[in-house]
Amino acid sequence: MTKETRKHRVLIAKPGLDGHDRGAKYIARTLRDAGFEVVYTGIRRTPEEIAAAAVQEDVAAIGLSSLSGAHLRLFPAVVEALRKVAAPDIPVLGGGVIPEEDFTVLKEAGIAEIFTPGTPVEKIIAAFSDACEAHYQKRNIG
Amino acid sequence: MTKHPQLDSWQENELQKSLSRFPERKAKFVNHGGQEIPRVALPDTINDEYVKKLGFPGRYPFTRGVQPTMYRGRLWTMRQYAGFSTAADSNRRYRYLLDQGTTGLSVAFDLPTQIGYDSDDPLSSGEVGKVGVAIDSLADMEMLFDAIPLDKVSTSMTINAPAAILLAMYVAVAEKQGVALEKLQGTIQNDVLKEYVARGTYIFPPRPSLRLITNIFKWCAEHTPAFNTISISGYHIREAGSTAVQEVALTLANGCTYVQAALDAGLELDVFARRLAFFFNSSSDLLEEVAKFRAARRLWARLMKERFGAKKPASLMLRFHTQTAGHTLTAQQIDNNIVRVTIQALAAVMGGTQSLHTNSRDEALSLPTEASVRTALRTQQIIAHESGVANTVDPLAGSYYIEQLTDRIEQQALELIDTIDKSSGVVACIENGFIQRKIENASYAYQQEIEKGERIIVGVNEFQSEEENPPELLRVNPQVEEAQIANLALVREQRDQTEVDSDLQRLRDAARSDDNLMPHILAAVKHYATLGEICNVLRSVFGEYRDRG
Repeated sequence: MTKETRKHRVLIAKPGLDGHDRGAKYIARTLRDAGFEVVYTGIRRTPEEIAAAAVQEDVAAIGLSSLSGAHLRLFPAVVEALRKVAAPDIPVLGGGVIPEEDFTVLKEAGIAEIFTPGTPVEKIIAAFSDACEAHYQKRNIG
Repeated sequence: MTKHPQLDSWQENELQKSLSRFPERKAKFVNHGGQEIPRVALPDTINDEYVKKLGFPGRYPFTRGVQPTMYRGRLWTMRQYAGFSTAADSNRRYRYLLDQGTTGLSVAFDLPTQIGYDSDDPLSSGEVGKVGVAIDSLADMEMLFDAIPLDKVSTSMTINAPAAILLAMYVAVAEKQGVALEKLQGTIQNDVLKEYVARGTYIFPPRPSLRLITNIFKWCAEHTPAFNTISISGYHIREAGSTAVQEVALTLANGCTYVQAALDAGLELDVFARRLAFFFNSSSDLLEEVAKFRAARRLWARLMKERFGAKKPASLMLRFHTQTAGHTLTAQQIDNNIVRVTIQALAAVMGGTQSLHTNSRDEALSLPTEASVRTALRTQQIIAHESGVANTVDPLAGSYYIEQLTDRIEQQALELIDTIDKSSGVVACIENGFIQRKIENASYAYQQEIEKGERIIVGVNEFQSEEENPPELLRVNPQVEEAQIANLALVREQRDQTEVDSDLQRLRDAARSDDNLMPHILAAVKHYATLGEICNVLRSVFGEYRDRG
């Protein structure tokens, strides 16, 4: 399949116990409108459930959302869970109520991009698009 | 002024009774020029139409307020939602707030507590003490209210699925303090229906959840008659993205569902209905919000009277708490949020709220700092003491726009309630996703308006400026989780395990029968059974609800 005809397939996920998914649902719908195939996990998923869903749904990128302040624990845990299911190459993006001072730690832990309240939606769409492209390219080479 | 017979009867009954029981705050309310401010401004001609639609404060249909003198008698309760970290840290914050003039406590629990997991549960990892205080057992609750006399404060607890357990712990603390249970004042949120569509802290499926709720109604009517047994919440529905009309409709539809469940369980309407409380959002469209509160009051009174046949005035009154709209706070130019909160708080006060939480400027970034919380509280105090809006009842009544909007919101909300009723009711509409879709569509449309620049959000899509230095944020110490887990281990070690085991077995048996679960839960918490242990027993009998995404 060439990259022009292939639809980008992504997973939007809510790790942890946080039930606020207005943002996650909005991003899921916005990405769908932009031509992505989007799977949304629903709220309250464990990192392991998210990694399993990503593999099962064969997605090219994962978007995590957390508003409860548990991102420092949960986002890296998803990266770790992906490693355990032999899918460390799926890029992970994150968003929510995340203080700027946490960006470095999260990026070092393997989170590709971080979005906060007020990030323009075009920027988020572009980031997912880039992440998916990069993922497919890596796969084709690998 | 043309007199209406109802005016005389209101003055002689509701007004006189209220004035003699709760004298007004001042002998005379005057403006800067010394002119007297009327208690309730009335139209020159009071006709039947006026009486039917607006009437008099403290009298059906309560459009103008639930008390005859409103804030001239007593100001709303300034209740700041707070809680984080451990019970000891939160206890210090509560005592600080009480010192600063807050008049009611409002407890925020962390997510594991709200979803019924102990702090040492693997699912709690990373969440302990984050968005609220961690409570595992009665030991934490004793620390949380240490040196706070429970007969002197009213306490609101934002707890839903495990509300019965936290209420039982509160009751146990009161007993230890020697406080008579009839004196306990406060509210448990206990509104699970909105959790499935908006907030997410459900545990059990809807039907056993409704049973737990009606068990609480019944137990409280007998033991804690001054405690509000539920706070039927539109707040989170609005935060999830609903419109103002949907907020009213879905909240009152949930309210009707609880009333029906209680009637089906054999409870007496005029006994439990007076302990139903409500909780609304106050967003930035000031005039629409004022009309929304008025419409909600009138519609609930009509539903209770016409649908359920409630007789006592107290059963018809929609009493509500308000919180300013968290979703309107921006992470950019955060001082602007103080202004947004002021507008929203004004709407709540002009709409007749009974209590109010004002959000802090930094909440789009993290939990608020003490300084931000103080400004939020001062905002309420300025509205109360400087703005003058508290000096006359329902000040916007009679504005053509406000009255039109009140009528329209009431009518459109009723239409949505009717649609839900015709589709087999709230529970069915949650299970088939109808309500979730309604909210999601409204949320998407709103956000699209912002993205397209049709709706201006200052500092976000217009009037941006170079960001100032990042503000100082409150961070929860990561050691809190370890400390909480260590405390929990200590509690488990020191309690009488045989007592706990037999309490939990009795609870399991009761859950399988039709017994009221409250006495069994109370017995278990007194022996320091943990929240997670009690919830696990109930999970094993009731099953768990899972969101489909």
